[in-house]
Amino acid sequence: MNLSAEEMRKKVLEIIDPWRGREGGLIPILQALQGAMGYVAEPAVKIVSEELKIPMSEIYSVATFYAQFHLTPRGRHVVRVCRGTACHVRGSLKILDAIKEQTGCAENGTTEDLRFSLEPVACLGACGLAPVMVVDDQTFGRSAPDGVRAILEQFL
Amino acid sequence: MSDYRSHVLVCNGTGCASSHGVVVVDKLKSELERQNLSNEILVVPTGCHGMCEMGPIVVVYPEGTFYCRVKPDDIPNLVEEHLLKGHPVESLMYKDREGQSIPNYKKIPFYGKQHRVALQNCGYINPADIEEYIARDGYEGLAKALGEMTPQAVIDEVKKSGLRGRGGGGFPTGVKWGFCASSPGPKKYVICNADEGDPGAFMDRSILEGDPHAVIEGMAIGAYAMGADEGYIYCRAEYPLAIRRLRQAISQAEESGLLGENIFNSGFNFAVHVKEGAGAFVCGEETALMASIEGQRGMPRPRPPFPAISGLWAKPSNINNVETWANVPQILHKGGDWYASMGTDKSKGTKVFALTGKVKHTGLVEVPMGIPLREIIYDIGGGILDDPSGAPKEFKAVQIGGPSGGCLTKDHLDVPITYESLPALGAIMGSGGLVVMDEENCMVDIARFFLEFTQRESCGKCTPCREGTKQMLLLLEKICGGHGEMKDIDLLEELGLMVKEMSLCGLGQTAPNPVLTTLRYFRDEYEAHIRDHKCPAGSCQALLSYSIVQNACKKCGLCAKNCPVHCIPGGRAEGYAIITERCIKCGTCFTKCPFGAIAKG
Ligand SMILES: Cc1cc2nc3c(=O)[nH]c(=O)nc-3n(C[C@H](O)[C@H](O)[C@H](O)COP(=O)(O)O)c2cc1C
Ligand code: SF4
Ligand code: SF4
Ligand code: FES
Ligand code: FES
Repeated sequence: MNLSAEEMRKKVLEIIDPWRGREGGLIPILQALQGAMGYVAEPAVKIVSEELKIPMSEIYSVATFYAQFHLTPRGRHVVRVCRGTACHVRGSLKILDAIKEQTGCAENGTTEDLRFSLEPVACLGACGLAPVMVVDDQTFGRSAPDGVRAILEQFL
Repeated sequence: MSDYRSHVLVCNGTGCASSHGVVVVDKLKSELERQNLSNEILVVPTGCHGMCEMGPIVVVYPEGTFYCRVKPDDIPNLVEEHLLKGHPVESLMYKDREGQSIPNYKKIPFYGKQHRVALQNCGYINPADIEEYIARDGYEGLAKALGEMTPQAVIDEVKKSGLRGRGGGGFPTGVKWGFCASSPGPKKYVICNADEGDPGAFMDRSILEGDPHAVIEGMAIGAYAMGADEGYIYCRAEYPLAIRRLRQAISQAEESGLLGENIFNSGFNFAVHVKEGAGAFVCGEETALMASIEGQRGMPRPRPPFPAISGLWAKPSNINNVETWANVPQILHKGGDWYASMGTDKSKGTKVFALTGKVKHTGLVEVPMGIPLREIIYDIGGGILDDPSGAPKEFKAVQIGGPSGGCLTKDHLDVPITYESLPALGAIMGSGGLVVMDEENCMVDIARFFLEFTQRESCGKCTPCREGTKQMLLLLEKICGGHGEMKDIDLLEELGLMVKEMSLCGLGQTAPNPVLTTLRYFRDEYEAHIRDHKCPAGSCQALLSYSIVQNACKKCGLCAKNCPVHCIPGGRAEGYAIITERCIKCGTCFTKCPFGAIAKG
């Protein structure tokens, strides 16, 4: 999403306003920022820091600790592959390899055309259907390496 | 609701939803409309029914006819035959090993041995409708607590039930509540740990999605007993449906006067908030979780002070797991003695297990404590999954308790599962993940896999965990890569014991368990990797090579056709051979050869 500095400021203020004078807001604020902009953008972090008087270092210390936060733009579609135990024993590494080959995307990377980001995750809680992959919000269970192309093509 | 002659329950849990469960609901509704049955038959989307592998699951009541793997295209026939004409559709029924259809789900072995308490409503009610929860005695436990019992009497009832924390540690819940209740201070918190970080576990997710009110009611009862007026549910962000269901349930309970101010005119106030986790396994640890709610990095801190004295925002706090909370309403409603009548002497009640891996019926299973693994894996789980080619496979091991747990062998299949028996064998109950493995799973690789996980998830605060798990991982990678030395085994053991002993929190204290148990029960596999440069399970890529068994080869050329790097030259006349140097060990030839002529070893 490309916001002008003005729009960005407005958006950020909207997000932080409910948290002024309250504790525990940093993580929900970062979640909301990422929800609105797709990633935790530095100019937005600056505004949060100035407005709420939280040092930038503290914000980044939190943002880098949690797997959920991304400091660079991500692809239009986020492909997550479960690398949890149940999926591992049923061959999820091969699914991951197949996706890498299909998209040319590295683990935790984004394709140059910003179409896909690839994120291995620890478990999606759909272990009964292992191996599992998720594209955006859509879960695909019992996946197989040769089915990957057909799934990704739905998101072209 | 009594106006309907039949209820059709469609599982819309995460598993079934991902195999078109949602479309099945829409299709059912439109088909009923078309047949003018909308006033007679009610379609109810439910939470997980447990047998996710066979999803989408559709159950028709009052008969309890159980249909599985129902596709949207099956719906017109199902409506026409069963709901209109009254002829159950055999082709959609569950088939047992002999191919017999079993119409009623209670007769299916998967359900027959289960005893559902925490899961009693999952798959039975519409989780989006508080009325359905109330119709199943929902909020009776809270009413009884507030109306007839003192806070101390509530704590005594929970103590009497013998309920122990289902989040891993197994600490007696009533005792823990007692600590927090006697802690001085006007402001206290109750917290629900819904982080469910263990890979391979999904019972908390299913309860939250399928029966959110049970958790909320449990928390309200606990809050009353301990003198708290505010609660937090810390739920991982990867569970969007659970978060939506919780928010919906909270607002319905507020509207019904079951949350908020002066509940049941008793003067008791209670408010609940949902906090989304941000993706860090260590945040499941209680002190880390509270730091995370406060908006900081979720790093554990030394205890004491225990949360009961100084927890969230330095106020006395009590934290329990989702499944623990979900058991509480029924303990109050039916009595502590009723709960304590199930299970064993020291491990009372039931436990939900997430049964996954190489087992026929993966899914959620709730059984009385003390049941042996064999009954879960064979009677309920249907035994070991066949090879894709149909060949039967052998049970090899079961990993129990997630990354903090251990691997048990076939020698342990008859041990009753309790909080005492498992640690004696080097495993733990943990959150109840059971991952079944067969001959094709390499135990050294499994140990490496778990270490990779704990090493990545270590928060880095203490050196033994941060550096120790890293060194252990390097050793395991070395062994899996074929460069292991015999002395690495001793080194692994030594490092493992050190990390266990010296780490600050449970993550480091249990991280070596998968390594130590596999060393204990599968040492020969480590030795084969090191001494013979072989992976007996044929799973470690570096130690693997593929070749064509010439006298089994029928020269069909399928391997050559499918090899992604074209390293199988040859032809019908001269036969085929693999150029080992160019082979990327993808295994495609192995799976594609119809004559078993590819050797792996
Ligand atoms: C690294 C680590 C991760 C944990 N993750 C979870 C979790 O995801 N869910 C959970 O309920 N408990 C988890 N626990 C256990 C909690 O710290 C705590 O013991 C539990 O929530 C207490 O609830 P209970 O008494 O109802 O089991 C974890 C512990 C450790 C050390
Ligand atoms: S044991 Fe590991 S996860 Fe726990 S506090 Fe120490 S470094 Fe962090
Ligand atoms: S394992 Fe894969 S790369 Fe190697 S020969 Fe077989 S198909 Fe080709
Ligand atoms: S292990 Fe893959 S979804 Fe749980
Ligand atoms: S999600 Fe439907 S049975 Fe588990």
